[in-house]
Amino acid sequence: MVIINTKFCKGCQICVDFCPKHIIKLDDMQKAQIIDQSKCISCGFCELRCPDYAITVVKE
Amino acid sequence: MNETLKKYFRMNRLPHIWCPGCGNGIVVGALVRAIDKLGLNPDKTSIISGIGCSSRSSGYLNFDTVHTAHGRALTFATGLKLARPDLNVIVLTGDGDATAIGGNHFIHAARRNIDLTTIVFNNNIYGMTGGQYSPLTPTHSKATTSPYGHIENPFDITELAKASGASYVARGTTYHTLELINLIADAISHKGFSVVEAITACPISFGRQNKLGNAPAMMKWQKENTISVKAASKLPAEQLAGKVVIGELYRRQAPEYTAEYQKVIDRVTGGNGQ
Ligand SMILES: Cc1ncc(C[n+]2csc(CCOP(=O)(O)OP(=O)(O)O)c2C)c(N)n1
Ligand code: SF4
Ligand SMILES: [Mg+2]
Repeated sequence: MVIINTKFCKGCQICVDFCPKHIIKLDDMQKAQIIDQSKCISCGFCELRCPDYAITVVKE
Repeated sequence: MNETLKKYFRMNRLPHIWCPGCGNGIVVGALVRAIDKLGLNPDKTSIISGIGCSSRSSGYLNFDTVHTAHGRALTFATGLKLARPDLNVIVLTGDGDATAIGGNHFIHAARRNIDLTTIVFNNNIYGMTGGQYSPLTPTHSKATTSPYGHIENPFDITELAKASGASYVARGTTYHTLELINLIADAISHKGFSVVEAITACPISFGRQNKLGNAPAMMKWQKENTISVKAASKLPAEQLAGKVVIGELYRRQAPEYTAEYQKVIDRVTGGNGQ
């Protein structure tokens, strides 16, 4: 499961562009949002590449 | 943020001030993961930075830190390491900080092979002051001080480090995050002067002037224009033109400065000196 801390997210779009499953988009407030948690493969790259420490991937 | 990493940050200082998409946060994220992987004792780990956007990182990290003067991080770090050789001393510096105003300190710290780990945040520009060229700005790039295209040649900081005497030299990027973590961990474990050049995007002060697109586009550039040491070793030189080689570039075992210094103390005092 991917948890987004919208207080830290600056909407840079890095997670959106590099998620291999394309399940992240920016919402109307330009904050990262997960479209479909069930498709997450817990690769963790969004967390590793988030410059703002706004993402936590909880491995199941 | 991952719960296990929170202890390495001064959480009350976050979110940080870096621009959206700035790679500095990714490099610092890689550093704390490397520290976590090695299980370093935070009370025995000290982080020293110079001045610049990248050098602000020391203020976010929950260790004993010193945010020093522009270009001088290595001088403070050298003093600390000599006084307390038992500490892990990590230096965070920008391309301008390390190779312009601090260039002399950089080559001499390398020459002494003192056991410091230096991470150079290479965003090819003076980010903090608004995009002036640095000694690592590529030829033909635009900067506010080279609006018609830069005519100087950049240093290759890894070659500079190696030629000056560094005993561990590596290069990584913010796109190749897992590799960057491992390179930083290896650099910290290495006894001697270690340098990791971390290629990182400054979308605001460098990318915008050079029309490089947003942060993900600049990271795609890192992906498409780099080649691993292993893959590069199998290719003829002409096929490597324009490619940036990443990975561990150089390593050797060599006498380390604080250990040699202690030997002098022991010899001169007959073995009972402090
Ligand atoms: C003695 C001194 N000279 C000049 C400056 C102005 N100054 C602040 S940051 C900087 C350059 C920063 O570039 P870099 O080290 O690449 O860091 P970045 O901001 O790109 O991370 C300069 C010239 C200063 N603070 N102190
Ligand atoms: S100016 Fe560049 S280096 Fe500085 S915070 Fe902004 S993106 Fe990062
Ligand atoms: Mg810079």
